[in-house]
Amino acid sequence: MIATPFTPTTSLLGGALIGLSAVLLMWATGRIAGVSGIAARLFPPYEDRQFAGRLAFVAGLIAAPLLVRLVTGSLPAQTIAAATPVLIVAGLLTGFGAVWGSGCTSGHGVCGLSRLSVRSLVATITFMAAGVVTVFVMRHWS
Amino acid sequence: MAILVQMAILVQFAIGLIFGIGLIVSGMSNPAKVLNFLDVGGIPAGTWDASLAFVMAGAIAVTFIGFSRVLKLARPFFAERFYVPTRTDIDPRIIVGPAIFGVGWGLAGFCPGPALTALGFGSVSAFIFVAAMCAGMVLARFIANLPSSARVITPADPLES
Repeated sequence: MIATPFTPTTSLLGGALIGLSAVLLMWATGRIAGVSGIAARLFPPYEDRQFAGRLAFVAGLIAAPLLVRLVTGSLPAQTIAAATPVLIVAGLLTGFGAVWGSGCTSGHGVCGLSRLSVRSLVATITFMAAGVVTVFVMRHWS
Repeated sequence: MAILVQMAILVQFAIGLIFGIGLIVSGMSNPAKVLNFLDVGGIPAGTWDASLAFVMAGAIAVTFIGFSRVLKLARPFFAERFYVPTRTDIDPRIIVGPAIFGVGWGLAGFCPGPALTALGFGSVSAFIFVAAMCAGMVLARFIANLPSSARVITPADPLES
């Protein structure tokens, strides 16, 4: 494993930006800033006419590092340790589970908890626990 | 009217940009930080990284205050009404889904937001993850038979998640 420094200040600040984004999306479109819900609805079946807006949001997510690099001249470290087969399994599970459970870290963890939703609290506790158990098994049982 | 639609799309790009910048500034675009948070076994060794808790705290603080104000408005700027989930029941899916999601999250350290932002880093690994993630999403919606599945969507509110 790669050690990472504890960054309370920038993490709090970055978190606040994520919150600002969620508030702005609610203000603009009246919808929850749940990345899995937005991304999943880029694929058929289409339930509404919000495709272009969702695509624009996802494009913004992808463009963010390009803007950061343009402005600051560099990007922070990004270490993806998982091998390709693990990435494929992890991606399938993450995508499937997020849709099956009606949300992910942003939809349930940020927006749902902010709305004091009991469903989102149950979801957040469950995926946190599942994540902790998975990392424990991966790192300390092998 | 067409200009308003184009403005809405541009605004959503900017909002996604802010979200992505937030992920980068917070350090969450780095899966290693996420995994080091989930690694409670690293607490005695001193390698535990509590940063993710601060990201959540910052995000929830702003969203909690912001939502309470925005939802007092008559309507959103670009839409006729707010689409806020109203379900309160605890069904099997609200536990099974996040449990599956959590395992995937713990395997690679990616959840959907950071994975998409990681694409902009030019990472091949992120591309592989995102491709698999999209396949998983499509599969889940196919199995749930959305949008007609009455278990997920109430007929009165077809856009609710």
